[in-house]
Amino acid sequence: MSLDKATVARMAELARIAVPEHELDKLAGELSGILAWVEQLAEVDTEGVEPLRSVHPIHRSWRADEVTDGNCREAILANAPERENGYFVVPRVVE
Amino acid sequence: MSGLNRLGLIEARELLRRRAISAVELTQSCLAAMERGRRLNAFITETPEKALAMAQAADARLARGEGRLLEGLPIAVKDLFCTAGVRTTAASRMLANFVPFYESTVTAKLWAEGAVLLGKTNLDEFAMGSSNTTSAFGPVINPWTPPGASPGLVPGGSSGGSAAAVAAFLCPAATGTDTGGSIRQPASFCGIVGIKPTYGRCSRWGIVAFASSLDQAGAFARSVADAALLLQAMSGFDPKDSTSADLPVPDWPASLAPRVRGLKIGIPKEYRVPGMPAEIEALWARGAEWLRAQGAEIVEVSLPLTRYALPTYYIVAPAEASSNLARYDGMRYGLRVAGRDLVDTYKRSRGEGFGAEVRRRILIGTYVLSAGYYDAYYLKAQKVRRKIVDDFRRVFEICDALLTPTAPSAAFRIGEKSEDPVSMYLNDVFTVPVNLAGLPGISVPAGLSREGLPLGLQVIGRPWDEATIFQVARALEEAAAFTAVPPGAVEV
Repeated sequence: MSLDKATVARMAELARIAVPEHELDKLAGELSGILAWVEQLAEVDTEGVEPLRSVHPIHRSWRADEVTDGNCREAILANAPERENGYFVVPRVVE
Repeated sequence: MSGLNRLGLIEARELLRRRAISAVELTQSCLAAMERGRRLNAFITETPEKALAMAQAADARLARGEGRLLEGLPIAVKDLFCTAGVRTTAASRMLANFVPFYESTVTAKLWAEGAVLLGKTNLDEFAMGSSNTTSAFGPVINPWTPPGASPGLVPGGSSGGSAAAVAAFLCPAATGTDTGGSIRQPASFCGIVGIKPTYGRCSRWGIVAFASSLDQAGAFARSVADAALLLQAMSGFDPKDSTSADLPVPDWPASLAPRVRGLKIGIPKEYRVPGMPAEIEALWARGAEWLRAQGAEIVEVSLPLTRYALPTYYIVAPAEASSNLARYDGMRYGLRVAGRDLVDTYKRSRGEGFGAEVRRRILIGTYVLSAGYYDAYYLKAQKVRRKIVDDFRRVFEICDALLTPTAPSAAFRIGEKSEDPVSMYLNDVFTVPVNLAGLPGISVPAGLSREGLPLGLQVIGRPWDEATIFQVARALEEAAAFTAVPPGAVEV
């Protein structure tokens, strides 16, 4: 599968990454190269094979439902790009 | 005392316990070496004040006879492990000013054993790369670069700063992470030992996530014994990581002997990839001969899916990365570049915060997970991954460990493979299958190329059987007697 400029622009939109118009062509070429290469997987017969999501079984264990963390507002806000009165400041979400 | 920066962990520990040297002297020597070695660009952040304070505290404990496993031993930490109060960048503009208020579980374990933090080492941005050239803080120079050569050689990646720092004697050992070879390949390129343990051996909590089903922490050192010691301190169950294993951590350093008599060592025939340099093939054969001479039985085995491991990896890893890196939205931490509205702010922040390789991988990941392509790419890759795991399971019914080259070449020049992403990805042909199967793997320096550059051999083991690969690695180490010192090694 070869990706065209429009598809790359759509992926960039989905991934919320600004990609300058003049970089789209080069990126389309690089991504198409990678996809063409990974497509050799089609040669592998995977009929009836269960997809693998974790190499080892994950053991879920019970624990008490207790508060073990918290009261660290100042620490959490310390890296905020913008803050005010103990809150994060973000661009308007609802117009 | 001069030359303390050249001591290994175990040697230094012995001298510290006998009080022949102090932790402060040892730390000062490493800090001086780091200063002299700055042209290698191995560190993103040096922490000299913190290091000296930690060393003083270690000396006080040693004086009371209360030294712990790593008391007073200086360690460098890949800048992907969150360190409380110390900037943690993942070598990205996105996190250039990020100072976590929490400590990763692995580094917390090191400090609880008395280790001293020297600084945070350079890496490929978000650990995505095989050459340490994608760092927003500039490439790392391999200390094996011939004097005067320009451009320099890459140290490998992604843990290139850790590998270069250990190889150049800036520190005795360092932590790394390995998603597709990011510990073993730089270890091979820099002529040191690097171990990636079994997936689940070390907690991933507090390590900046790249591809969560593949990421695993591990250790760099100049000897197998030192790597075993550091890994022991890093390992263990952590309730904060649901994939960390609730298993006891063996005392690897104590059981470390170059014992291979009676072991069956597999040579996977599919690892003879087309175009592999003759000297790598010769080194591999020599490695097998060394083990045979020490009493191991060498058997040829088959891992038929080998050639599909890299394409599988380059679907699974970007898919996981695209979802892991969705958290960098410029709202609560990290770079924010103001835009017209919320969505535009996201896009500008991520567009300026992420470098070219990270963007590429997020876009590939977005594509293979997108509606209409999920089954054809992502689900397909997960199915092939199961077949790869089954391949390994079959050979480990016959073998105790596998022997392979670590990388298909010695270190290459900075910029050499940057134009073609796929040619860069091929570097990880021998290491990636190990991550897909969650197995432990170790790289040991085994010889020099015709150009005088180090080449490593990789030993792969059964899940949770680091003990056997440490033993085989010790046997290789003993036979190889690799004592070459890079031209960029620092004297103090």
